[in-house]
Amino acid sequence: MTENDEKTALILLGCPQVPVQTSMALYLVHGLKQRGIRPVIAGTTAARKLMEVADPGRYYLSEMTDLDVAIDEITEKQRDFDLCFVFIHNDSGIAYAGTMAYISKARLYTLIFGEHAEELAGEIEFPCEVVAVKAVHNPMPLKRKLDEVMQWAVSKQ
Amino acid sequence: MGCLEAMKPEIILSQSSFKEAREYIKKNVREFYEVEPGYKIHDVHIIGVPPLYVGIEGENLIFPYTKPCHGTFVVKVPGSEDIARLRARKGK
Repeated sequence: MTENDEKTALILLGCPQVPVQTSMALYLVHGLKQRGIRPVIAGTTAARKLMEVADPGRYYLSEMTDLDVAIDEITEKQRDFDLCFVFIHNDSGIAYAGTMAYISKARLYTLIFGEHAEELAGEIEFPCEVVAVKAVHNPMPLKRKLDEVMQWAVSKQ
Repeated sequence: MGCLEAMKPEIILSQSSFKEAREYIKKNVREFYEVEPGYKIHDVHIIGVPPLYVGIEGENLIFPYTKPCHGTFVVKVPGSEDIARLRARKGK
């Protein structure tokens, strides 16, 4: 949501403990930009540093912000987004996604991965599109799902 | 944790789920209030799926604090003006 009607997406990164997160986040950024949607990444310092180091020429990354700053701006109604993708592999990820469902008007997509993806998906009790794949090291199962999700996300705009 | 960390919070429950934190406050704190996700105490947003509770015990606030890598903690800190702000809200 910007003044010139450019579509925006918030990509909310959790703890970068599970290897597929950084790779899939970069892939999502690329996919959104190709579809004319401006991605903004919010995450912990470590999650953001992993992204920055992986893209030193800033071919994919544009705006990055701290997780708490992003939540602050949305709760204070200073900004909001058209789409929001939350990467989840633990209980905290569910908590952050639930918060986004409440504070933001963005269409919410929860991307659940890691060893306990299916169990975590069962914890979702708020309106959102759920994608859950047991992926830890190999990003391909999540990539396939994400390709489908990006099609929906763009077609439902 | 920034400002909250500087207040040296007492950790009542550590590395729990946000639901466990919710239940702890509901069962163990006599005076508590429901707040919305994103409600701010000091420099901390309350994170989770409703209902979320913040408790008052004497001059202290008891609330869930979620860290992305370490789960949810229940912490106790001096309440100052936040206590009056909470009590001004409707219902328990």
